[in-house]
Amino acid sequence: MNAPSHPDAAARPANEQSPSLAKAPTVTVLAFAGGFVIMSLELLGGRMLAPWFGSSIYVWGSIITVFMLALALGYLVGGRLSLHGPTLTRFAVIFLGAGCILGPLALAAEPITTWVFDRIHDPRYGSLVAALALFVAPTVVLGMISPYSVSLLVRVREESGKVAGTLYFVSTIGSALGTLATSFYFVLWFEVNNIIITLSATLLALGVAAVALDRMGMHGR
Amino acid sequence: MGADAPMVRKATLGPPKSTVRWSLATLVLLLIFAASPAAGAWGAEVIHREQSLYQTILVVRRGDLLCLQFSTRQERRNQSCRDETDPNRLVFGYTRMMLAALLLNPEPERIFMAGLGGGSLVVALTDLLPEATIDVVEIDPAVVDVARRFFEFDPGSRTRVIVRDARVFAKRALREGASYDLILLDAYGGDYIPEHLMTAEFLEEVGELLAPGGVVVANTFAHSQLYDHESVTYRRVFGPFYNLKRNDSDNRIVLAMNDSLPPKELLTSNANRWRGAMRPLGVPVASYPRALTTRIDWDRDKRALTDQYSPANLLRERPR
Repeated sequence: MNAPSHPDAAARPANEQSPSLAKAPTVTVLAFAGGFVIMSLELLGGRMLAPWFGSSIYVWGSIITVFMLALALGYLVGGRLSLHGPTLTRFAVIFLGAGCILGPLALAAEPITTWVFDRIHDPRYGSLVAALALFVAPTVVLGMISPYSVSLLVRVREESGKVAGTLYFVSTIGSALGTLATSFYFVLWFEVNNIIITLSATLLALGVAAVALDRMGMHGR
Repeated sequence: MGADAPMVRKATLGPPKSTVRWSLATLVLLLIFAASPAAGAWGAEVIHREQSLYQTILVVRRGDLLCLQFSTRQERRNQSCRDETDPNRLVFGYTRMMLAALLLNPEPERIFMAGLGGGSLVVALTDLLPEATIDVVEIDPAVVDVARRFFEFDPGSRTRVIVRDARVFAKRALREGASYDLILLDAYGGDYIPEHLMTAEFLEEVGELLAPGGVVVANTFAHSQLYDHESVTYRRVFGPFYNLKRNDSDNRIVLAMNDSLPPKELLTSNANRWRGAMRPLGVPVASYPRALTTRIDWDRDKRALTDQYSPANLLRERPR
């Protein structure tokens, strides 16, 4: 992902005329982290629902369904948002938002799941409703990352496919590593809630870092 | 788990040529069979093989034994066997050992069993305790079918078989105010351990389901780091518990109560009471009181398993 500042300024909004050199790597790292967090969270979802609904295939079916629906919605919303003058700072706000939603999830999961368990006896629909309640909000926000990151790095229409491909590559590699690290190591070393809080803190830190980089880029011009 | 049956020899002495050819053909077939995924059943006849939603189910005949296996892997084919010449006999050590629970509570009226297997333990319990009601909770409907079809599992009207995740059942039963005098946990066989059935939170739910004087007995692991983690977990939830390990079994049995454990004298008198009834099952019940121990022989610094931390399947691969 090399997008050095080259002077096709005519088609760009004013604040994008000479983007900081750090922008492409920053967006790439953020896209990677977004992919990582999504799949790590999805795997932990199985752990969070098992005490109430077991770990049968339909529990995984519920989780995957909810993640897919929420990501679909996130793509749609993220794409729309990118129409309104995409900036690195606005991109960072997505991460700050996801981090803010994810952290409390660790604490809210048990009362929410208990509430659902007490009302829905069929573990299939119980797990589906619990997964909706727990994972839609963070996953919608995380889903916004991909289309928004594309809009930040595409400069001319001809390279849009290449930019999108590269960003999907990076974020999907992040997803693969998030899956592997969580299932092989994180669950062996850490508690579920600690992993979620760490993911949340990472999103917040990345968001803050991106805002800082964007500011430095603008002032150092 | 369990002794290996001797390999079937397909050789003949001084055979005519056609017999040699047939023997060779048989040998080739046997070799192909050995290389197949059913290789764990080498030297035995596979009666039924099924890939269920949860596991590989094999029904295998070895001589007079008809066995249920949940894995093709030699070292972890958690078996439930039925001796067709002596159907009452409990073939495997761990099923016999689990009946040691009747030394702690000799007259359980309401029983909850997690994990059906071939059903031999349920049948033994219905024989020993004809007045008891038993709720058997098995996650895999295919296992229930196999038990009925191949193991003549046909318990009376006092036994309910419920196809459900044991954790889901326990949580629901708790909300419905159910309680049990005896809870048997035998859901840890095969290639994959259900990790949410090993946590302190689950054991707390099990403990809340116990009536006063009630006993929980669990068939679990005697080896790997899982032994330490599990022991720490049971100890945290129930305090001191009785541990039962025998040379003829790779399993260890945990016997725990909410109340303080009965003294050895009571165990011995209960053993004398059950001795006659358990003889046809092959349960050496008189030897159990001495074998039961509360001695701590595990690493006390290991973490307890919880809903937050339960990598049981990874810990099982780690030697102690």
